[in-house]
Amino acid sequence: MKHLISATVENKVGVLARIVGLFSGRGFNIDSLCVGETENPSLSRLTIVVNGDDAILEQVRKQLGKVIDVIKVTDMTGQPYVERDLMLVKINAPPGKRGEILEIVDIFRGKIVDAGLKDVIVELSGTEDKLEAMLKLLQPYGIKEVARTGQIAMLRGTK
Amino acid sequence: MAKTGSQILVDFLVNKGVEYVFGIPGGAVLPLFDALYDSPIKFILNRHEQGAGHAADGYSRATGKVGVCLVTSGPGATNLTTAVATAFMDSVPLVAITGQVKRPLIGNDAFQEADVMGITRSITKHSYLVKDLKDLPRVLNEAFYIASTGRCGPVVIDLPVDVTMECCDGLLPEEINLPGYKPCYQGNPRQIKLAAEAIDKAQRPVVYAGGGIILSGCHRELLEFAEKARLPVTTTLMGLGGFPETHELSLGMLGMHGTPYANYAVTESDLLIAIGARFDDRVTGKLEEFAPHAKIIHIDIDPTSISKNIQVDIPVVGDARSILQELIPQVHYVERKEWFEKILEWKRKYPLSYDNSGEAPKPQYIVEQICEATRGEAIITTEVGQNQMWAAQFYTYTKPRTFISSGGLGTMGYGFPAALGAQLGCPDKTVIDIAGDGSFQMNIQELATAVHYKLPVKVAILNNGYLGMVRQWQELFYKKRYSQTKLDDNPDFVKVAEAYGARGFLVERKQDVRPTLEKALSIKEPVVIDFRIAGEENVFPMVPAGQAIYKMIGSLA
Repeated sequence: MKHLISATVENKVGVLARIVGLFSGRGFNIDSLCVGETENPSLSRLTIVVNGDDAILEQVRKQLGKVIDVIKVTDMTGQPYVERDLMLVKINAPPGKRGEILEIVDIFRGKIVDAGLKDVIVELSGTEDKLEAMLKLLQPYGIKEVARTGQIAMLRGTK
Repeated sequence: MAKTGSQILVDFLVNKGVEYVFGIPGGAVLPLFDALYDSPIKFILNRHEQGAGHAADGYSRATGKVGVCLVTSGPGATNLTTAVATAFMDSVPLVAITGQVKRPLIGNDAFQEADVMGITRSITKHSYLVKDLKDLPRVLNEAFYIASTGRCGPVVIDLPVDVTMECCDGLLPEEINLPGYKPCYQGNPRQIKLAAEAIDKAQRPVVYAGGGIILSGCHRELLEFAEKARLPVTTTLMGLGGFPETHELSLGMLGMHGTPYANYAVTESDLLIAIGARFDDRVTGKLEEFAPHAKIIHIDIDPTSISKNIQVDIPVVGDARSILQELIPQVHYVERKEWFEKILEWKRKYPLSYDNSGEAPKPQYIVEQICEATRGEAIITTEVGQNQMWAAQFYTYTKPRTFISSGGLGTMGYGFPAALGAQLGCPDKTVIDIAGDGSFQMNIQELATAVHYKLPVKVAILNNGYLGMVRQWQELFYKKRYSQTKLDDNPDFVKVAEAYGARGFLVERKQDVRPTLEKALSIKEPVVIDFRIAGEENVFPMVPAGQAIYKMIGSLA
């Protein structure tokens, strides 16, 4: 099953390699991985989306906690959390179709961030489902490129 | 006063009380070796970096101190990796310092460059690449702290040569700053109470004690605990010496080549108390049939060991010693007459045994004779394979840190260099490497080290002319198709020993075993004894891989 794991780690050389190694060494493909600084610049936050057997992922979660530079690990799966994914899509947009494309982008509260003679770039953030839904509607116009950040997530409420 | 990086490192080791450093010099560590030249640290020059790593590891296992080794970049570091992996699998505190090419050249395929951080990542507890001299004192301090606390393990420090040459004025910060590393020593009192209740209630309990007993130094507590609650104790290979095998509560070793009574007791137990053990596949055999009727208590300092292979009912995370100290007052003496009668019956019916007929000395007999000749007081190191299992089965261990063996990784060539380290750490002890003809040749060059430092280590080669354990599996499971296991062209080990300046003896008859051992033990020099044993002797009993541990084959007549 899909797991969304978040880890607070020291912002140091080699931490990411150690973490990724724990997954790759067990033959798990990481679906997405997102790293960035936190409110404390010496700490980074990682969000990992990975599919796999629950028991083995529980073991991986414990192993993550054992990495010296990892401060905290949370498996958010099954808990209430807010997730976001950011996507840029370059779509084929001949002059006659631009209005339609704009309408679709508006429905999803996306933004056109670049326009060329033959194409536009759309920016959209939201849950994975929302991103997938817009991509589906834009498919018929011809998608030239997609770039996504992968999910970031945070548990709801205070803990 | 300005100090170079090299001087900072050497001063740190001296202040830390490091007595021995094992290794080999090379280009990237020249400044370090120059600083060592004037220091009180005794440097042990091994003849291969793997030997240096194992020697540091053996020193650590025999003394409980941190083992330190120092090698050069590139091939020096890659040669060391097997020793680092060995220490990692058996939780041995090791600090391995590897030279690295100078900082501007890193990543440029420079001469003798290897990505040591990358190569060692999955075989170390932690690793450092020191890119800034001002980090060096803190890194050294953290490395020793990480290696020797919690579940111990090796730490690699990769040190670019230009960092060791750089100068620095004034004091540099040494404080440990590890917010993500807080090993937990105290067990949860509620879990301990639950464990105590389960122990008092159990009708057929068994203690399954691992290497954690030795690492945590709680052999006395284990004995007190077992005697107070009257619990039979089986140990793993790594736990040998953690509980006296002469004690009536001892079941000896369990697992693939364990005693039948240990394996039967675990299988029939209603409560398994695992302490500092990790349910390794060589212990459990087929998981579904391992201790099928038992509730499981698991005491371990490493939370990732809990419920890794087997679902645990009462986990207690923390240091075995501190947990046992809490547990002892809460458990009560329960006689469990029926259970002990059953165990006694198994012990009577299925003792470890072997056929001692024939002219050629039997390996089991040799190990028994070594035990008698040393009154069970020696430090035994082993190589890996049949020699290791016979050494585990037929020597009677009563004290911790007297059985030193590569359990997890199973590294052939481990025992001899480890014996050198153990001998340096314990100069008054008799140290014997029980070896095979295959394994011994994997680090035979360390004879030069033994001779140079006048280390009176004894090597007992159980020479069957085979890679014996592999041959045994081929005999039993591959229709005796001995693919690449016959060692036809072994050297004359006596001559090899003599060529290095050590003593060598050949033993071909049973009646010569004891006299030769006595003679060897009286010589205060390295001695190699080439025992020519029967070629196709097997280690029994044996649980075939993946089988339930009560389904043993061999010597159960």
